[in-house]
Amino acid sequence: MSDAVRDQLSEAEGPQTMAWDSKARRLITIYLPLACFLLILLFPFYWMTITAFKPNSELLDYKNNNPFWVSSPTLDNIRKLLFDTQYPRWLVTTMGVAFGATFISLFSSVLAAYAIQRLRFKGSKWVGLGIYLAYLVPPSILFIPLASVVYSMGLFDSPWALVLTYPTFLIPFCTWLLIGYFKSIPYELEECALIDGASRLQILRRITLPLAVPGLISAGIFAFTLSWNEFIYALAFISSSEKKTVPVAILTELVQGDVYQWGSLMAGALLGSLPVAIFYSFFVEYYVSSLTGAVKE
Amino acid sequence: MAEVSIRDVRKAFGTTQILHGVSVEVADGEFAVLVGPSGCGKSTLLRMIAGLENVGRGEIAIGGRVVNNVAPKERDIAMVLQNYALYPHMTVRDNMAFSLTLANAPKAVQEQKVSRAAEILGLGSLLDRYPRQLSGGQRQRVAMGRAIVRDPQVFLFDEPLSNLDAKLRVQMRGEIKDLHQRLRTTTIYVTHDQIEAMTMADKIVVMQGGRVEQIGAPLDLYDRPANLFVAGFIGSPSMNFLKGTVQNGAFRFGDMMLPLPPGPGGSDGMAVTYGVRPEHWRLDDAGVASIVRLVEPTGSETQVVAEIGGQRVICAFRERVSARPGETLHISPDVMHTHLFDPSSGMRMA
Amino acid sequence: MSGAETISWTPVRKAPSPLARLFDSKPFLIAICLLPAFGLLAVFLTYPLGLGIYLSFTDTKLGRPGVWVGLENFQYLLEDRVFLNAVWFTVFYTAVATVLKFALGLWLALLLNENLPIKSLIRAVILLPWITPTVLSAIAFWWIYDPQFSIVSYVLVDKLHILSSYIDFLGTPWHARWSLIVANVWRGIPFVAISLLAGLQTISPSLYEAAMLDGASSWQRFRKVTVPLLMPILAVVLTFSVLFTFADFQLVYAITRGGPINSTHLMATLAFQRGIPGAALGEGAAIAVSMIPFLILATLFSYFAIGQRKWQQGGSDE
Ligand SMILES: Nc1ncnc2c1ncn2[C@@H]1O[C@H](COP(=O)(O)OP(=O)(O)OP(=O)(O)O)[C@@H](O)[C@H]1O
Ligand SMILES: [Mg+2]
Repeated sequence: MSDAVRDQLSEAEGPQTMAWDSKARRLITIYLPLACFLLILLFPFYWMTITAFKPNSELLDYKNNNPFWVSSPTLDNIRKLLFDTQYPRWLVTTMGVAFGATFISLFSSVLAAYAIQRLRFKGSKWVGLGIYLAYLVPPSILFIPLASVVYSMGLFDSPWALVLTYPTFLIPFCTWLLIGYFKSIPYELEECALIDGASRLQILRRITLPLAVPGLISAGIFAFTLSWNEFIYALAFISSSEKKTVPVAILTELVQGDVYQWGSLMAGALLGSLPVAIFYSFFVEYYVSSLTGAVKE
Repeated sequence: MAEVSIRDVRKAFGTTQILHGVSVEVADGEFAVLVGPSGCGKSTLLRMIAGLENVGRGEIAIGGRVVNNVAPKERDIAMVLQNYALYPHMTVRDNMAFSLTLANAPKAVQEQKVSRAAEILGLGSLLDRYPRQLSGGQRQRVAMGRAIVRDPQVFLFDEPLSNLDAKLRVQMRGEIKDLHQRLRTTTIYVTHDQIEAMTMADKIVVMQGGRVEQIGAPLDLYDRPANLFVAGFIGSPSMNFLKGTVQNGAFRFGDMMLPLPPGPGGSDGMAVTYGVRPEHWRLDDAGVASIVRLVEPTGSETQVVAEIGGQRVICAFRERVSARPGETLHISPDVMHTHLFDPSSGMRMA
Repeated sequence: MSGAETISWTPVRKAPSPLARLFDSKPFLIAICLLPAFGLLAVFLTYPLGLGIYLSFTDTKLGRPGVWVGLENFQYLLEDRVFLNAVWFTVFYTAVATVLKFALGLWLALLLNENLPIKSLIRAVILLPWITPTVLSAIAFWWIYDPQFSIVSYVLVDKLHILSSYIDFLGTPWHARWSLIVANVWRGIPFVAISLLAGLQTISPSLYEAAMLDGASSWQRFRKVTVPLLMPILAVVLTFSVLFTFADFQLVYAITRGGPINSTHLMATLAFQRGIPGAALGEGAAIAVSMIPFLILATLFSYFAIGQRKWQQGGSDE
């Protein structure tokens, strides 16, 4: 559908866009509030970015500088972060943990969702409900006993502790999402494949999975982002500086003493958010669809 | 190729009994059609033959081998479903070759079988397309192609034409029949459309409510329906039924009399249902008087809805009829083609 | 018939190996498919949940197994002003933040549901606060809330001259509480807005047209068409939102760490402080366990909301 046609269509169907709805009225009731929302939602990012490039002289002097702009931008803060701290290490750890946890979660969720939605057995509804309930258990009531489990397994202060515990909140989410995707694949395809001579595992690999690729991508990027952003487990289970994940490290390693180095803190926040933001920009549509899909299920 | 035997098969989903003991023999190379109203259990029976549903009780044998506990892939059957179930992520070629790749057939064999099937079905130029790029009729053909490449012992079709428009349906009907004549593979075909059944079948199995009502060749069912249900189901427009009694060797209803069909009629005074197909009424000045209610000329024939003694009948005359609603028309049935049923059991008497 | 069959090939029907048979048996396959997910969830979710409840009845310290002390932890907590204050603030924080998030999120969703020029770009940008690591945006808020260099104070005092002195955002209990709520609302709006937008988009325009023909004003259309049809999805989103706000940890930990004078502790941050750096695992677990009744209430609410969805489904899809 061309944009022109679509505009016409929505013109025809949107009740708010009738002739009596003047331009000025639209401006005040729609565009102005929307602009305010955008301004407020985005300002912290702008502020974070601009601070990261400010030299200390500008940072703390609003009298002689316009605080909303940098007159002499500097890369000092970024350089300090990259070379004087263990930021690259943290980045690598975070990546590894996020990839590992995502992989384990996707693997387990695909199998679980397939069993629940496709193999259908007595009680599969209840199993599905159980998974949904697991999603409702927040990490903040689990981290204390988990810390002791992790400790007794000898995983304390090891990235493996994170790789193995993150799936507890990723699997329920991914399974739930994938069940929705599997539901949309017609049963007849699998029955046909069954007659064609495929085994159950072949059906999963050659029919179901290829057709659920959008769901796999959604679940994967979501799991990756959630792992990247996870905080409380990483804070509780990791103690040595070089093994920390980015969000934890920025908060615990860069904040020292009473005089906050706002420039480098903001540089840390910026560089810590950037990887997910870039990742996000590639997959926006999948994020939106999985977010709404998960809610609609 | 193989014969299929279905022996006293029963099936229940939960507590509802769906099939109440169905027995059908399909000979080697035969084209059998299962027909019946919606929900009568045709698909369920077909899926049991395919191995997609467990056989509750009874036995299903393909080529002499009881397959109750044999997996679908080991039954050597191919199935075409109503919505075709083409694999959307594979090209036409891959769709057709899928079963062969699963069986680890050499590439050359795959090529050969796919191109042969494509040739039979006229799909040669479409092999590299995806299902979404095909029309309904083409998809239908690919689904058949997928079945053909397997050289199965039995073809199973579940309402394969119901998603097509009327014209294409007639064409594909011919193609399937033609295909069967060439390949001579045992075929079991499910439909709820009695015209499809009549035109395609060697043998029709009429089902209703999980029971077999009658099995026979199309014209046998047409000429000698075993009961009221089959009589009403086969033929279009369907058979007229008149309720009355036997009196003095004739059928009496109201104050009118019609001749009884030859054969053992009922005893005097017995209540019977008298059946006449629309095309078996004749204009006859000596016949019974009917009041015309509606006249529908179709060109090749004229359908007249009329009322005899308060009961509605439909007549189809080859000749043109110029009667108007409200007028009286004298008609009589072709005695050799009338039917008599026992209204209490519904069974045929003569 | 087609040309002569040049290659003959008959499928070898070898008996499937026992392994293949095993993998084709449904019960085995179901078990094997559920095993990884259930194994992980059992070891790292169900067991810890039970362990947490057990720990809350012991005096376990970090690195020292404890003994059963019955309800002692809870009795102690009931007299602990810091804990009671945390419970109170958690409820307050959840209630106020949720109301604000939903009011603003619904408004934003309605705005986005209009027919806008660069809708998908706007929608993408709006999700940013939700997609970035919470701690890191929390650090940005921390900087925005700086007592001396807050940009908000600067604008209000030096530019607009609305206030006469800089706001001490995090210095007094009430300022700090509201500052945290604002940060939480900021982060939560996108999720609410985008979810509700998805719900709005499932409402068929013909319903609005019908309502307009019936003479409904735009407020009436909102009340009588939008709200009832949005109710089911609203309830689900609400549950998630309440649940995760109630269990929030990151924002408070990053911005105030519970200060000033323990006035902004949430139950989760207090549990952390007592349990991990304070090493009193038993007491920390007791605080965490105290959250469970609240979470169950929210979950039951979700269950009934989803049950209600069943009969409300019937509108057109997209
Ligand atoms: N999986 C199932 N669980 C419960 N009942 C079922 C199931 N499958 C079919 N049925 C019921 O079994 C009966 C027969 O179904 P079946 O699909 O065999 O009918 P059909 O003759 O093929 O009808 P149609 O012409 O509409 O396809 C129906 O009443 C249906 O509701
Ligand atoms: Mg059917």
